[in-house]
Amino acid sequence: MIALDQLKSTRNRKAYFALIGGIIALLAVCPLFLNNYWLLALNNIGLYSILALSLNIVLGQTGLFNMGHTAFYAVGAYTAAILNTNLDIPVLWLLPVSGLLAAVAALLVAWPVIRLRGDYLLIVTIALVEILCITLDNDIFGLTGGTNGIYGIDRPILFGIKIYKEWQFFYLIWGFLGITVILFSLLEKSRFGRALNYIKQDETAAEGSGISTASYKMMAFTFAAFWAGMAGTLFAAKMTTVSTGSFTFAESAMLFAIVILGGAGSIRGVLLATFVLIGLQTAFSDLKSFRLLVFGAAMVMMMLLRPQGILPPKPHRYKVDRYMSDLPEPAFSPKEQTTREVKGI
Amino acid sequence: MKTLLSIHSLTKAFGGLVAVHGVSFNVKAGTIMGLIGPNGAGKTTVFNLITGNYKPDSGEIIFDNKNIKALPPNRIVSLGIARTFQSIRLFPGMTVLENALAGRHCRMKAGLWSSLFRLPGQRNEEKRAIKRALEELAFVGISHQHANLAKNLSYGNQRLLEIARALCSDPRLLILDEPAGGMNDQETEQLIDLIRAIRNRGISVLLIEHDMGLVMEVCEQLIVLEYGELIAQGSPAEIKSNPQVIEAYLGVEDDD
Amino acid sequence: MEEFIQQLINGLAVGGIYALIALGYTMVYGVLKLINFAHGDLFTLGAYFGLTLLITMGIGDMVPGPLGIIIVAGMVMALVAIMGYLLERVAYRPLRNSDRLAAVVSALGASIFFQNAIMLVYGSDAQVYNLNVSAAEYSLPVAGINISASSIIMIGTSLLLMWGLYWFINRTRTGMAIRAVANDQAAAKLMGIDVNKIIALVFMIGPALGGVAGLTVGLCYGKIDYNMGWTYGLKAFTAAILGGIGNIPGAMLGGILLGVVESLGEAYISGAWKNAISFFVLILILLFRPTGLLGERVADKL
Repeated sequence: MIALDQLKSTRNRKAYFALIGGIIALLAVCPLFLNNYWLLALNNIGLYSILALSLNIVLGQTGLFNMGHTAFYAVGAYTAAILNTNLDIPVLWLLPVSGLLAAVAALLVAWPVIRLRGDYLLIVTIALVEILCITLDNDIFGLTGGTNGIYGIDRPILFGIKIYKEWQFFYLIWGFLGITVILFSLLEKSRFGRALNYIKQDETAAEGSGISTASYKMMAFTFAAFWAGMAGTLFAAKMTTVSTGSFTFAESAMLFAIVILGGAGSIRGVLLATFVLIGLQTAFSDLKSFRLLVFGAAMVMMMLLRPQGILPPKPHRYKVDRYMSDLPEPAFSPKEQTTREVKGI
Repeated sequence: MKTLLSIHSLTKAFGGLVAVHGVSFNVKAGTIMGLIGPNGAGKTTVFNLITGNYKPDSGEIIFDNKNIKALPPNRIVSLGIARTFQSIRLFPGMTVLENALAGRHCRMKAGLWSSLFRLPGQRNEEKRAIKRALEELAFVGISHQHANLAKNLSYGNQRLLEIARALCSDPRLLILDEPAGGMNDQETEQLIDLIRAIRNRGISVLLIEHDMGLVMEVCEQLIVLEYGELIAQGSPAEIKSNPQVIEAYLGVEDDD
Repeated sequence: MEEFIQQLINGLAVGGIYALIALGYTMVYGVLKLINFAHGDLFTLGAYFGLTLLITMGIGDMVPGPLGIIIVAGMVMALVAIMGYLLERVAYRPLRNSDRLAAVVSALGASIFFQNAIMLVYGSDAQVYNLNVSAAEYSLPVAGINISASSIIMIGTSLLLMWGLYWFINRTRTGMAIRAVANDQAAAKLMGIDVNKIIALVFMIGPALGGVAGLTVGLCYGKIDYNMGWTYGLKAFTAAILGGIGNIPGAMLGGILLGVVESLGEAYISGAWKNAISFFVLILILLFRPTGLLGERVADKL
């Protein structure tokens, strides 16, 4: 039985890796045969995936109801725009800078509000996005360009090549997404990632097991903002213009929905949900209101029928075989345990 | 014998209700101590005060010559006091191994960046932690369940997993809140062996339990609370014959 | 001074509207501990139903004057109450025992659905309440200050409805049942109260009040928009928190207070920051007094 199970699981694993490999290979060559319209759609999906994966760390893995994630995306985009247009710093150099600034913004914001109860945190994060957009629209310090935003951002230059065509952006954005997926997968199955999961599952138990829940919540929030800030830089570099219109509540709600519908805490789920939702949005862009109508209804339906999302996270597997042979004996006689179990039947 | 934990006139009130009033006692290193008393006597409140879940209104809690009264729960765990909960509190959607690893967290160092880039130091630490967590699971007899989700364990095994999680944090004092609650006779017998084995590893045990058979068999010292006050202290034999304790448990007839 | 009083009256007027919407949030929160995200859109729905009945179907011409408007208000209340009932039945009731997050997402989905349904039916451009008589044209001079008819309508409507609700909640058996359910659902059930019926009723009363608020905004400001429920909803929610969520007099107080603060802030601080003011109020109140002005502190249980 065990051998059969193992065989089955190795075969599944092989099929799974073959599928992943196939998708990666397909993505690698698709600029050769896709036109600009579809590449644009893929670039949109790529950017949203990076953002959604960073939100997944806060919302999916830690269970913090953050509906203001676009605020940090905006901080990143505006930082890149302001520094590039005013000081002519190459836009890709600004990746860490705008990430850091978004992280600082998150730290300042999160410090007072992070302890708020779930739905209150949700409302506060919504309010924060609104306040940020009003601030940017009011052309604060004369830097943010008011409602028109900032335009004339330089094209990014990577290894001496100026990136301006849609297929070039495709490799830049999807390369960044690839790195994101790999790093976040490693993070998920580590001391840090587990700590976030403990908090989501039972905060009191986490605290009682020795985890500093307050600081881990802060770190998750800040780190996600850092990543969103970097995504914002990519966005600014691609659009060459930024304005508050791109960072509305609707965008935040979309990201929130992607994480929940995909499966909170599941990288695969979030990627799939981004692909489907943003893909459909681009494919049916002429049917804008009708599309959102269906989207709203789908959110309700999904919660009624499958609240854990399309692809909920799988239990983590650890390599334990090498330790299983020399484990200590139980502290009590195991014989009794068997008797009890037989008696139970 | 050395005193490990020392409690001085601890008081805690919720609104108008004084749950714990002026309680003082010591826990000596290497002993099994029981905290008993009728329902509502304030036993769990005392535990929650020690573990930092509640802040005392007055009094001191000295653990290993350090006043821990103002510290948050997670700091108290890393100083060497681990606990289990009266109503089981595991991480239900995570595996048994991951539940045990939660206890190991405070003895590990890997931070955000070394986790993100899986640096060599982080990898080694992770391996050692997994080994240790499996050892503790084996110690309580559930290592074969390591890959199952905690919520799928039987009730008795969930209690054992909570103990394994607590043991992973290298405690010097283990606080058990009704560990035999919901266990059958056989499981309770095993629990007695387990508690003794834990003490034999040099870990002091402080427990609340309603199962008097277990308490009288395993505890070396007992403390009796009633209405938030300490009414008796001593060996199980002394407690059994203490008239005040008998009265507290059996009650006196009302004259009205 | 005149300017100040003028702004105060404007604030009271818009505050009354906030209070009416806030009542819906607070009542639902009281019985279900759920933020009904779609409540703002039910308010919008009220404004659009009013538009259709009053102008497109011409009830305003058939029965001219205040009577026609009162008839329309009654119909709007009934229609929005039905929508609120359907919302509870479809999107919330099946989730009553599941995760909090599921209900939040469902509420959000319902909000997106309503907003876009309105947009599909009425279009994305702002709609105008094209009445023969406009409330904005009339005003009442009191002690040298002109109080506009729309302010009087807004304040009057909200006071009347709030008084009605207050009477209903405190003086009727059904009102008592609502309070009982809000206090302790299990105990209320044991006392023979049909909890499902009461929750459904709350989901009809709240939206009915919000719907009338929508109609009043249409009548008095003349212009309505498919996504106006978003801003009004967020502000009304702030008002509910300000007063202490779950607390009915608190929602009334919070709404009026927020309206006044916003109106004075707009006049004396900066118009461009008008919307930010209420969000700042929201954040400050959650940080420093999350129970609101009239809310009571509930001890956390470990």
